Amino acid sequence: MTPDPREAAETRRAPRPRRTITTAFVVSRIAVLAVAAAILLYAAPPLIATRSWIGLGVLFGATAVIGYLYLTRRYVPAKYLIPGTVFLLAFQVFPVLYTVTTAFTNFGDGHRGDKAAAIAAIERGSVRQAPGSPEYQLTTAMRGSDLVFLLVDPDTKQVSLGDAAGLSPLTGAEVGVTGKVLRAPGVTVLTAPEAAARADEIAALAVPTDAGAIKASGLSRAFEGRAALAYEEGCDCLRGEGGPWRADESRGYFVNAAGDRLAQGWQVNVGFDNFARVLTNPTISGYFLGVFAWNSVFALASVAGTFALGMAVALALHHPRMRGTKVYRIALILPYAMPSFAMLLVWRDMFNRDFGLINQMLGLDVDWLGGVTTARLAVVLVNLWLGFPYMFLVTTGALQAIPRELTEAAAIDGATPWKAFRQVTLPLLLVALTPLLISSFAFNFNNFNAIQLTTEGGPFPAENPQVGGTDLLITYTFRLAFGTGGAQFGFAAAISVFIFAIVAIVSAVAFRRTRKQEEVYA
Amino acid sequence: MKLAFRHAFVLVVCAFAIFPILFVVSAAINPLGTLASTELLPTGASFTNFGELLTSDVYPFGRWFFNSVFIALLSSFASLLLSMFAAYAFSRMRFAGRRVGLLALLLIQMFPQFLAIVTIFMIFTEVTELYPAFGFDTVWGLMLLYLGGALGVNTWLMKGFLDTVPKELDEAATVDGATHAQVFWRIIMPLVTPILAVTALLAFITTMSEFLMANVFLRDPESKTLAVGMYGMIAGDRRNENFGMFAAATLLTAIPTVSVFLWLQKYIVSGLTSGAVKG
Repeated sequence: MTPDPREAAETRRAPRPRRTITTAFVVSRIAVLAVAAAILLYAAPPLIATRSWIGLGVLFGATAVIGYLYLTRRYVPAKYLIPGTVFLLAFQVFPVLYTVTTAFTNFGDGHRGDKAAAIAAIERGSVRQAPGSPEYQLTTAMRGSDLVFLLVDPDTKQVSLGDAAGLSPLTGAEVGVTGKVLRAPGVTVLTAPEAAARADEIAALAVPTDAGAIKASGLSRAFEGRAALAYEEGCDCLRGEGGPWRADESRGYFVNAAGDRLAQGWQVNVGFDNFARVLTNPTISGYFLGVFAWNSVFALASVAGTFALGMAVALALHHPRMRGTKVYRIALILPYAMPSFAMLLVWRDMFNRDFGLINQMLGLDVDWLGGVTTARLAVVLVNLWLGFPYMFLVTTGALQAIPRELTEAAAIDGATPWKAFRQVTLPLLLVALTPLLISSFAFNFNNFNAIQLTTEGGPFPAENPQVGGTDLLITYTFRLAFGTGGAQFGFAAAISVFIFAIVAIVSAVAFRRTRKQEEVYA
Repeated sequence: MKLAFRHAFVLVVCAFAIFPILFVVSAAINPLGTLASTELLPTGASFTNFGELLTSDVYPFGRWFFNSVFIALLSSFASLLLSMFAAYAFSRMRFAGRRVGLLALLLIQMFPQFLAIVTIFMIFTEVTELYPAFGFDTVWGLMLLYLGGALGVNTWLMKGFLDTVPKELDEAATVDGATHAQVFWRIIMPLVTPILAVTALLAFITTMSEFLMANVFLRDPESKTLAVGMYGMIAGDRRNENFGMFAAATLLTAIPTVSVFLWLQKYIVSGLTSGAVKG
């Protein structure tokens, strides 16, 4: 670090002595403390309420370190690095690491909670009305923010209050002629529309009793029933109808002898299963390789196409006697300045079979986005339109940096224009633009918008609605995680890890080659 | 003769570049407002689509516009500031871990944040329960998320810019008694402002068009951004009938960016390439 310059400094403009504590200094330190305190006051209470002691520890630790950092005069570089690093760690590094660990689990629909939660949910869901058991008149009410049942016994007219803890007698309730509770101390009775809005909660509430549980049947009746499935610790299985269902710890399911399984499972560590599924499961691996191949072709074609067209136009305009370059340039960069998401949707509709402009103008009746080949051509064309202005801009800039003498010298030496371009201009351009071409490749490799907003990955083959003809790995992953077929977070995370690896390898190789190239041309 | 060829070629490419935009204009002023009735050249001129869009109850376009511009402005500004801070440290100071830090950033840059979208979704499910103000359906949560990608994308670019600013300038200021903060705010920042403006514009455009994370994040119609909202506007069977409105929305969205773009045009060329050579 540089030696403290304040000792050696000779004041020229500020006559006041150095090392005094300036107002700015005091204000900035107070501001730091205030911000730290505000963050603590805001962030700590919910963590305490949910008893997340680890989270609380991290929060206090981080705030203390940051507070200390900005109060001392030391660690100057860290003062500048910390703000961005905090966000980087929280929203990029942590999610990436979390993705890697998720890839080793079966997390997803049906596998969200732990085993205890799964057992509780299965037992609760399997309650059936026991023959001859009483049927209560049900009134739903709120006690604070908790839903409770007010139950009127049809024979004794006795009112009881049921919640998730159990049944307790309730005195002082006013029962109407229909058997509904009108008013009761300590609770607020729900009106019919209010109850209807909470139908899901009402259906989920089970009041445990000695004989089983009381569950609602509709909004105004409740019955006492017995769980058809009950967990037994000894055999680690659920006994009851269809069972016994044994816990399969490696898959996170309850399975019976016939090989059927219950829909509700729990989250377990599946090791390399997800990765193995991608590579070895014949239905998946075939599609995966297909998607990967098309994804590479799409990225390469996009980079090559946009660069070729952008460079061709830039070269055409790069001539001392060329007129109207300004107007041309504005027209050429318009596609880049338009909002790309909207223009992608416009292109999608221009390719529409029934009303689209393309068919209308050409007098054709082609279902462009309905066939695999035409759809692939279409998305590459759309991406060319979106991407070439950028390449045009950067090539124009790079061309201006190449001295004209070089090409002139080549011409004097008898090189044809084509030869001068191949051997002088293009190599020099590539030195300047290769890093951009690599990042353009990486961008297009994961160009989610270009596919999702045009074809949504389609057209889909009839036999597999999960993988479409223009799907990139990223759109495929997205559908696995958030699509209609049920969330498969663990599997989607595994594919994300594959994409990480592919992008990293391609970039590493490309950057290594660039360095070699620069050594050659430098 | 050869010049004529050049003109012809450029004209063809210009036509390719412009015809979709012409189509949008034509659709936006098409009085019928459907996709089927729109042709490349305008068949009529009316502002019914614009009127319908701005008064629509179903599609709060003004709200979306505000959300998008707000998020894009604030996050591009904040992320540039964050990466400027980091670039200043990397370019001007020597400290333990500098090389490792730079290399780590280069590595992280290769992993686009949205690939972790699955776990980001899971993390924010948790955050929504703890801190609803930063959870799903809020612009703040999305903004935090965008800031997470800031360092990885821009720090190297910024460091490249800063390396071109002569070190003697801040040394002189230091000798005059300026602190590191004063050097940063009074010397460095004014010198790199033009280039910052360009980078900010590019960040602004990227954020405006960001769809993947916003689509997972924002479900409530009032909190949507333009990209998510307008996607819903012509989703499914509404493609044909709402197309005029959609085209009008596209043009309105384009106005701010296109005008700033034309204004900054010459800086953009130099900004992009100086980043390219250094990056």
